[in-house]
Amino acid sequence: MFGKLTLDAIPLHQPIPLVAGSFVIVAILAVLAWVVIAGHLPYLWREWITSVDHKRIGVMYSLLAMVMLLRGGTDAIMMRSQQAVAFHSEGYLPPEHYNQIFSAHGTIMIFFVGMAFMIGLMNLVVPLQLGVRDVAFPTLNSVGFWLTATGALLVNVSLVVGNFARTGWLPYPPLSELTYSPDVGVDYFLWALQISGVGTLVAGINLVTTVLKLRTKGMTYLRMPIFCWTTLASSLLIIAAFPILTATLAMLILDRYFGFHFFTNEGGGNVMMFMNLIWAWGHPEVYILVLPAFGIYSEIVPTFSGKPLFGYRSMVMATMAICIISFCVWLHHFFTMGAGPNVNAIFGIASMIIAVPTGVKIYNWLFTMYGGRVRFATPMMWSIGFMVTFIIGGLTGVLVAVPPADFLLHNSLFLVAHFHNVIIGGVLFGAFAGYSYWFPKAFGFRLHEGWGKAGFWFSLIGFYVTFVPLYAAGMLGMTRRLQHYDVAEWRPWIMAAGVGMILLVIGVLCQIWQLVVSIRHREELRDVTGDPWDGRSLEWATASPPPAFNFAVLPDVEGEDAYWAIKSRAREQGLLRSEPEYKDIEMPRNSPTGFVCAFFATIMGFALIWHIWWLVALGGFGAFVTFIVFAWRDHDEYIIPAAEVARIDRANREVRLAAISHARSPS
Amino acid sequence: MTDATLAYGRGDPYQLHGGRPHEGPASKRIVTGYGFWIFLLSDIVLFSCFFAAYAVLLGQTAGGPRGSEIFDLRSVAAETALLLISSFVCGLAMIAADVRNQRWFQIGMAVTGLLGLGFLALEYREFAGLVGRDAGPTRSAFLSAFFTLVGCHGAHVSVGVLWLLTMMAQVFAKGFRADIMRRLLCFALFWHVLDIIWVAIFSVVYLIGSAA
Amino acid sequence: MSESDLHGPAGLAPGDEEEVRIGPRVLGYVVGLGLAVLLTVTSFFIAGTDLVWQPSIPVALVVLAIAQMGVHLVFFVHITTDPDNTNNVMALAFGLLIVFLVVGGSLWIMSNLNQNMLPMDQIMQMQR
Repeated sequence: MFGKLTLDAIPLHQPIPLVAGSFVIVAILAVLAWVVIAGHLPYLWREWITSVDHKRIGVMYSLLAMVMLLRGGTDAIMMRSQQAVAFHSEGYLPPEHYNQIFSAHGTIMIFFVGMAFMIGLMNLVVPLQLGVRDVAFPTLNSVGFWLTATGALLVNVSLVVGNFARTGWLPYPPLSELTYSPDVGVDYFLWALQISGVGTLVAGINLVTTVLKLRTKGMTYLRMPIFCWTTLASSLLIIAAFPILTATLAMLILDRYFGFHFFTNEGGGNVMMFMNLIWAWGHPEVYILVLPAFGIYSEIVPTFSGKPLFGYRSMVMATMAICIISFCVWLHHFFTMGAGPNVNAIFGIASMIIAVPTGVKIYNWLFTMYGGRVRFATPMMWSIGFMVTFIIGGLTGVLVAVPPADFLLHNSLFLVAHFHNVIIGGVLFGAFAGYSYWFPKAFGFRLHEGWGKAGFWFSLIGFYVTFVPLYAAGMLGMTRRLQHYDVAEWRPWIMAAGVGMILLVIGVLCQIWQLVVSIRHREELRDVTGDPWDGRSLEWATASPPPAFNFAVLPDVEGEDAYWAIKSRAREQGLLRSEPEYKDIEMPRNSPTGFVCAFFATIMGFALIWHIWWLVALGGFGAFVTFIVFAWRDHDEYIIPAAEVARIDRANREVRLAAISHARSPS
Repeated sequence: MTDATLAYGRGDPYQLHGGRPHEGPASKRIVTGYGFWIFLLSDIVLFSCFFAAYAVLLGQTAGGPRGSEIFDLRSVAAETALLLISSFVCGLAMIAADVRNQRWFQIGMAVTGLLGLGFLALEYREFAGLVGRDAGPTRSAFLSAFFTLVGCHGAHVSVGVLWLLTMMAQVFAKGFRADIMRRLLCFALFWHVLDIIWVAIFSVVYLIGSAA
Repeated sequence: MSESDLHGPAGLAPGDEEEVRIGPRVLGYVVGLGLAVLLTVTSFFIAGTDLVWQPSIPVALVVLAIAQMGVHLVFFVHITTDPDNTNNVMALAFGLLIVFLVVGGSLWIMSNLNQNMLPMDQIMQMQR
């Protein structure tokens, strides 16, 4: 009846997961109870859960990413503290639990923090920057988000029911095969990623179509903000790379569920095929994460330097070059696993070549700042911190791209330090930069600067104190994923990294407190102009927060830095363009399709993990019926009447006019 | 837009497409078709992984049967013919839809679907036969890759048939509405691309595979 | 925006034809079918024959398959070199590049690995 699921699956005899799990369950129940009792449920359902508005979905993606960052960060704290105490001793985490923690840490941080944050920011900003009212497929966008949330939910359910994979964030066979991992851990990993992978693919298709087919009048390719370009490149990589992940994990699923022989030791299977395919996805994945972050910096640096971006065209070229070259380097993840010198050499050289376009970008940002009047607001601080940190990470990357050096450093803490160097320094700093930059756009009030800067400095210093020692420990030969160790030379470095972890935690706490303080003081931090940073691209032409339809009339773009041109002209002339003729606007109707679909996907995923076949059939049938019902709808749009549009837009024009006359009066 | 700005737009060097100005968002039909086209490309990449696995594992028979011992090329030829003709008829059904001819559209779709079901029946017979004589997917890595690649295509055809039936019902119930026409465009693309993938399968898996 | 227009500002939907009259469209499908049948029959014939030099057969089959896919793309999916089709063709080219990299790269890497390393089942036997 319940497949492999019995009461034993709940870890009643393991105190740590039990306490952590119960705490999370109590917290979730408390929040749910508060929502219901305070009567927020109809509002949440109407305005958020069923929303197909790209801004709302973008915010929900980002929120999911921040919550998952806390989960993944907790895992990181446990690992660092375990290694700090596990010198000549067992520490406090038994190996089977420790292995789950590092596997979950990597999985969550990549798929549900990095991906979710980047897709969230892209969703929020790209339609605004392109001057359009929504993404190409709004309902599908909602489906994509909710499927991502399903994946995150399944990973976290493994905390309480059953266990998570003990195989590392990528389940290398033969360890991940049924013979060596007979429990449900790997299955949680596989189904969580298959389901959220569909969501990611949908988001990628949506964004590519939006950028290529929906741009407003006059927004030619070479007038798009760089963030739109990097979104295009990153989404193209999603479309090209995620099917590879789906196929590879499907093969592992077939091995585990039906006794196929893709990656088994027996029957002619070949484990190296898994390494090959998973990294053919895995390396582009790195650029899927970091390219949007590059785009975010390319928006922030010109804004806070008061100058147009230096070398716009070279930035576009570099972005598209990275998009292609990132598909030609994947073997560098397994240099040491048996390929010959010619293969290693070619992939090593390709890996070094990809540093060239990245270097171009760094120089472009530096030259953008050069001669500008740089304002050191929080988003800009994150960007400068990124430039310094990412260069170090990139240089160690070039180092491990040299096959002979990689033979010494492979799977050592040096490698761990390297990829945290680029992912924290590149992606996470980018996410925080974008978060503090676009928060006023999304919510209508700014984040508190003081706490933001405190968060930045603690995170930056904490980052270096944590990971520079790990480089050193790696050079001394310490391998990754050690549950305990007895080499005395490593100890001081590991202790130092533990101190750095404390600083990082303080940084995160500062940012949480920043949010609390900002919400409390939102009236003082209110952004009435819609353009709090003196921005250059079209998202700043809308009110903060933007109305559901974004633009009363789709803007007409006449050059790069579209909003800057409009703003400069208005400042010169002292008046806005004449009021447009307002018309009714058709917007897509809200739809519970995404949520209902994800509900069935969750049931189906859980049932697949525990081999409850009747429930699998039920979930699949439910999802199919949902689609039919959705396809049968007759009205998919509602009308915002012209009078309403005019009322909202006139208010926006009024504050703009006030801002212009304010800007003109001192001069 | 005034004439002055128009002239500025033409003289602007920041234009691709030989100076043709960008006129704004594309029509819904183009947006939908393009999005689905990209999805199909991602599907093709998915298949390419299974092709790669098949090519790598082709020789790994683990003492089990090789391709030349189990492939029945006459059955494959029949499957090819069914799918090719169904792709052709699907194209004709789309022409009927474009001229809003309900009867010929339904006949065309029904024939397309029946041919698809015939294809699936032949494939089922082949798979059942192989499993019956101990040449199932668990026998060897080669057979795992074979069943997965061909089975993945078969699963796509099954989903296609399900979709086809839904579209027939929808057109019957609601007529050739604009959104339904967009879905038909996507369905036709899907069906044609499945046939393209089948070309790769019969060439690489069956014809080259039976020589190996 | 009118729903009936095939041509938007930025091109043509993939799968749509420029021709709208029924006769030429049906003819297009018939020509496509004819060419596809011809290529398919040739493929099956070559695979079974010993009239041609045997090592050339796989190459010939691959060439024929690519030709037939081209026929399907042009006559059934209506992908052409028309400027309105640029985006569709670019997307296809990107997809094909990825397919080429994944399949070609995998074959190259895996053959290299197989040359350098014992297959897993033999390693397992040595351990026993």
